[in-house]
Amino acid sequence: MDSFIDVPERLALKGVSRRDFMKFCGLMATVLGLPMSFIPKIAHAVAKRPSVVWLHFAECTGCTESFIRSTHPWAADIILDTIDLAYHETIMAAAGDQAEEILEKTVKDNKGKFICIAEGAIPTKDNGVYGKVHGKTFLEIGNQVCKNALATIAVGNCACAGGVAAAKPNPTDCKSVAEALGITTVNLDGCPPNADNMVATVVHFLLFGKMPAVDKLGRPLFAYGYLIHDNCPRRGHYENEEFVQEFGDEGAAKGWCLIKVGCAGPKTYHNCPKIKWNQGTNWPIEAGHPCIGCSEPKFWDEMAPFYVAK
Amino acid sequence: MARVVVDPIPRIEGHLRIEVEVENGKVKDAWSTGTLFRGLEIILQGRDPRDAHLITQRSCGVCTLVHSLASVRAVEDALKIKVPTNARLVRNLTHAAQNMHDHPVHFYQLCALDWVDVVSALSADPKKTSDLSGAVSGRPQTTKYYEGLKGKLKAFVDSGQLGPFANAYWGHPAYKLPAEANLMAVGHYLDNLRQQVFAAQMTAVWGAKNPHLQGHLPGGVTVVEQLNADRIAQYLYLLKEQIAFIEEVYIPDLLAVASFYKDWAKIGGNKNFLAYGDFPQSDVEPDSFYFPRGMIVNGELKLVKVDPSKITEEVTRAWYEGDKPLHPSVGETKPLTGDKLKGAVPDTKSKDGKYSWIKAPRYDGQVMEVGPLAQCLVSYVGGNQEIKGTVDGVLKKLEVGPDALFSTLGRIAARGIKCLVNAKAAEKWTMELVENIKKGDTKTFTSYKMDESTNGKGAGMNDVARGSLGHWIEIEKGKIKNYQQVVPSTWNLGPTDGKNQKGPVENALIGTPVADPKKPLEVLRTVHSFDPCIACAVHVIDPKTNEVYKFRVS
Repeated sequence: MDSFIDVPERLALKGVSRRDFMKFCGLMATVLGLPMSFIPKIAHAVAKRPSVVWLHFAECTGCTESFIRSTHPWAADIILDTIDLAYHETIMAAAGDQAEEILEKTVKDNKGKFICIAEGAIPTKDNGVYGKVHGKTFLEIGNQVCKNALATIAVGNCACAGGVAAAKPNPTDCKSVAEALGITTVNLDGCPPNADNMVATVVHFLLFGKMPAVDKLGRPLFAYGYLIHDNCPRRGHYENEEFVQEFGDEGAAKGWCLIKVGCAGPKTYHNCPKIKWNQGTNWPIEAGHPCIGCSEPKFWDEMAPFYVAK
Repeated sequence: MARVVVDPIPRIEGHLRIEVEVENGKVKDAWSTGTLFRGLEIILQGRDPRDAHLITQRSCGVCTLVHSLASVRAVEDALKIKVPTNARLVRNLTHAAQNMHDHPVHFYQLCALDWVDVVSALSADPKKTSDLSGAVSGRPQTTKYYEGLKGKLKAFVDSGQLGPFANAYWGHPAYKLPAEANLMAVGHYLDNLRQQVFAAQMTAVWGAKNPHLQGHLPGGVTVVEQLNADRIAQYLYLLKEQIAFIEEVYIPDLLAVASFYKDWAKIGGNKNFLAYGDFPQSDVEPDSFYFPRGMIVNGELKLVKVDPSKITEEVTRAWYEGDKPLHPSVGETKPLTGDKLKGAVPDTKSKDGKYSWIKAPRYDGQVMEVGPLAQCLVSYVGGNQEIKGTVDGVLKKLEVGPDALFSTLGRIAARGIKCLVNAKAAEKWTMELVENIKKGDTKTFTSYKMDESTNGKGAGMNDVARGSLGHWIEIEKGKIKNYQQVVPSTWNLGPTDGKNQKGPVENALIGTPVADPKKPLEVLRTVHSFDPCIACAVHVIDPKTNEVYKFRVS
């Protein structure tokens, strides 16, 4: 935990001059599409551990759970050494008014300088009364917090694209964070996003001073630039027309292609076959289960029924 | 008299608001409010029944696979499908792994900070902390280790950026641990944040990924090519590591912390408990369940049989349409909308005011607590010798009687006991899986038809990390006609009913001491002991003016 030392000092130890540091901040402003007048603010933002506010909207906390599965770096090291995780309802000690006070203070003191991570969709029906914290709707909270952040990172399919709550008939008119608030977000899609991709984004930001390049859906290309089907270890069976026709059949026992039992791999951009899940332990197709397309917008409607060939 | 509202309640899954009325330093009345509605049951209608387990799993990313399990069982019950032995065992192993992940995360990450004062750890003597760890923990650490930990903690506090530890109730008089115990606990809080990564890997061995596994489906499990020696060894190795953590760190910490808080063995209890039971040891359900199905009524340690037809849900005080209790098989989820919803502002003042998105489940009209405590009590009287032995051992060690179980402390202790017993049973099931494969049985899936001619009604009833979980499905022409989930936190965190009976957490809070209404630490203790799967907040309302005061706590 020697990285308790603040950022300029840490950079100086590594031979990074103040001039380089300001250049880094300039680059960051460019990447984030901010005017150059923001450079001093960015410099200030990283002079201490950058403040991060993690909001929970209409969600299941699966994205948070996924995040704490990271090992390089460990989630504890990110939370305690790298960033100042000022607000996160699942982890924070403070409750009620004291928690709300932290949120208000963080936003006020770090206006335009903190990073917001948003998990969950935002219900918009009836002015959004279907989701509240501290008596305020998610819509109000999003407007107050996300719009004052340096950048908002949407984590998970709900925040990126509305997710399960927005599946037909979308009972509460849930929308993605970007759509509900009219802002641009970096989208770490997936249900949940892979911990490795989440920390890779943070690390990319800290090492290179910019958000990674993204596709037209705002998803970082390093993680969502590949079609699952193109990297699937069962691709050979597809080419040989060796298919699982039904679960439990001979093909299933031989690890053949799952496309006839619903695999959405040919329609899904995600790096699962490359990095797998839980420190490379496994991933759906390896476990004999079709890909359900969880990193694609509207997959709950467009990829369903999940066990029927598309 | 003061009304105290805690919103949000942190360190839980979801969005929960708790309001209490405090009189003479004790909670006199309480109201539990779920503040989010998504309507998954509405979204499920008309879909392929096989997809339900993927959708319902998104109810919660913390207890993750348990909804998948309840859902596939509901479909199998509706279609009268028996799953192969390998599928039953793989499901048991995955579910047990989920408990081994979930319970320590609850203890360290979600509830410990109600009992452990992080700031007090700064005044700990590293030598004495090392001695303490040698005396109570299975993984003692050196003085040098604790010097380092204390130094890091001090640097963190001195940085002025307290992150997740900012603005909490540190220094509250209800914190009773010596500084050295606090420092040791902070070390184990960080240790478990790492250990849980490996516990999650156990579920991914059979379920592909965690959170939100993809390995079940109605009829069995998808793993078959990978049902091999390598995967079994991987699971077993991770299991042994996790059992070691539970035995050497979790249980000793539980006992050490509990010994300083024995007064909490008299606070926060309920009298009625329901456990659906789980972990089938053959295809005869529920009779073969390792943790049996049953009830404890009026605090009497005697097994009472469960008749699932007596389960109902009602919505008198919840924001739904409906005027009578309904069995989940014919249940409805019709949220109030527009003007009828009145902004979804909790009305805890009027006699019939609606104040929550959580429905009120009842058994034969009675309020029932569910969860590890319910499962331990039912197992204790229902013939599970491992539970009985472990419970008796813990009671003896803490020098308290069985009455102590009916409390906030009992609820937290039961979670650890169930976790340990479940972990050891998983070793046995792993070897059964080995024996079954050895016999030449590699079947993991039972085939069935799902088309326009498919009709049926079924229920999947599990007892999972947070308690009794039920899914009820009605299939018509191969599609979902109706789907209702009654989840553990619906039972525990649900509101008052039409007969004015309070929900379990509301009941448990009544009588809880509150030393300082501006810092309702004691309220958090009892609420967290239920391990809620929702989310909440705190403010205080003056009963005369109904004004909400904003407290500034330095």
